[in-house]
Amino acid sequence: MTKLLQTLVDGLGVGSTYALLALGISLIFGVMHLVNFAHGELITVGAYTAYFFFLHGGSWWWMPFAIIGAAVLASMATEFLAFRWVRNASPFTLLLTSFAIERLSHALWQIFVSPKQRAFPKPSWVFNQFKIAGVSFEVMDIVTIGVTIATLVITAVVFKRTLFGISVRGAAEDFDAARLMGVRANRVISGAFGFAGFLAGVAACLILMRTPAAEPSMGSDWLLKAVIAAVIGGLGSFTGAVVGGVVLGLLETLTRAYLPEVATGWDKFSTAVVFIVIAIFFVIRPDGIFKVSHAERV
Amino acid sequence: MLEVDGITTRYGAITALHGASLEVRAGELVALVGPNGAGKTTLLNTVAGLLSPATGSVRFEGVDITGSEPADLVRAGLALVPEHRRIFKDLTVEENLKLGAATVPKAERKQRLDEAAEVFTVLRAKWNTSAGFLSGGEAQQLAVARALMSNPRLLLLDEPTLGLAPTMVDVVFHLLEDLRSQGRTMLVVEQNATRALQLADRGYLLRTGNIVASGAGADLAADAELFDSFIGGHAAATTDTPPGGAT
Repeated sequence: MTKLLQTLVDGLGVGSTYALLALGISLIFGVMHLVNFAHGELITVGAYTAYFFFLHGGSWWWMPFAIIGAAVLASMATEFLAFRWVRNASPFTLLLTSFAIERLSHALWQIFVSPKQRAFPKPSWVFNQFKIAGVSFEVMDIVTIGVTIATLVITAVVFKRTLFGISVRGAAEDFDAARLMGVRANRVISGAFGFAGFLAGVAACLILMRTPAAEPSMGSDWLLKAVIAAVIGGLGSFTGAVVGGVVLGLLETLTRAYLPEVATGWDKFSTAVVFIVIAIFFVIRPDGIFKVSHAERV
Repeated sequence: MLEVDGITTRYGAITALHGASLEVRAGELVALVGPNGAGKTTLLNTVAGLLSPATGSVRFEGVDITGSEPADLVRAGLALVPEHRRIFKDLTVEENLKLGAATVPKAERKQRLDEAAEVFTVLRAKWNTSAGFLSGGEAQQLAVARALMSNPRLLLLDEPTLGLAPTMVDVVFHLLEDLRSQGRTMLVVEQNATRALQLADRGYLLRTGNIVASGAGADLAADAELFDSFIGGHAAATTDTPPGGAT
């Protein structure tokens, strides 16, 4: 029972990070019909930003702002410098562009910083534990879940209440109709990239507090999981992205915790089990949990 | 108010408009009629900035707006109710209207929403409903209300009665009459050609990308022979030609 509870909290922690990343991917897919494979690089940007500031006497008190700010700027920069120019090209071109940015990012960090991992200090309280009714939890698990919930509330308010949010949702459904309302394509797309950057920045903070190190290709693993989460939930669906992220996180931690220990190393199969479950899921429900009906191209 | 001068619009290799010209004067209701595939929607979409003409020019209130962004045209005072309505089905009625008021200063937006709720009582009852759940008639009223949020001086309407039940067609035509009596300038593409022309001040007949006839609405409507040759089925009710053919 104790193990199950701890595993569930662990799963929620990992899953909520996936959820934040998947939400950004779903958001960009909504307005551009692009699965942005460069999205994970925003974590890398955040990591090197933290590394750079810690070299010059940084502190975790303000580091989250620097990380989030860098991710927002980097996200908007990819849109402005790359995606804007191929916006009306085929979906395949868009996809290739995002791959190119991902590879370019890996290469630039390797060349200009180092191919090796660069570590920086972690916040002192991260792995502190506390007990509720005899079950011990890590502080970081609770922080992760709390921060994610707060971020999701902010996201909901932005997309439900503000004109920017309504414009993005309208543009995701029918871009030309949104333009006829006076919505400027550049502004709404650039804003969507900015917001996706914010979400990735928050995710980066949560990731870097646990594993405070920067590495050129660190974004790719997270990206793959986030794309899977977004697709499980139904690309383009915000609720789906969150549900998909949490489901994937729980699936991973549960298989890791409960796969039979017949032989040493069986836990290594947890990733394989997760992918098998996902493959079966897509056979049954290829559109994801929350099907988005208007998947035409803008 | 609106001068369309010799515009040619292409979709890739297909030319949908061959140098079409028309004019809408302030306060007029102008009907644009013609068979399916004549280029009516292409013409409205070109005026509204969704398409760019290969040649020709569009002037609005004396300013050349050829190839302008739709977002800029809304700010200039021109709004389009697009074909198939294209309301945002995932958004609520209120959110659709808010988006329609995207160009309105924030301070006035609330007031516009209240006015819309007053005029369109049907919508008020469904204010927080997803627009995807509206009936065809309600959706059409939402599409018109949404376009009116920016208080356009020229309103373009593309097939506002398409797919509506006969009673709802009446409602939409009454709405057009109301708008005209308020002095709103309108250019309407309509499948109910006879009825639209009878209501309109002037009309244009478009066929295979060319304007082939124009004149006072009632005159055009009365010209049954012309209608038979160009439109077929729609005008058949006023002649002894059996219905059928084009729809």
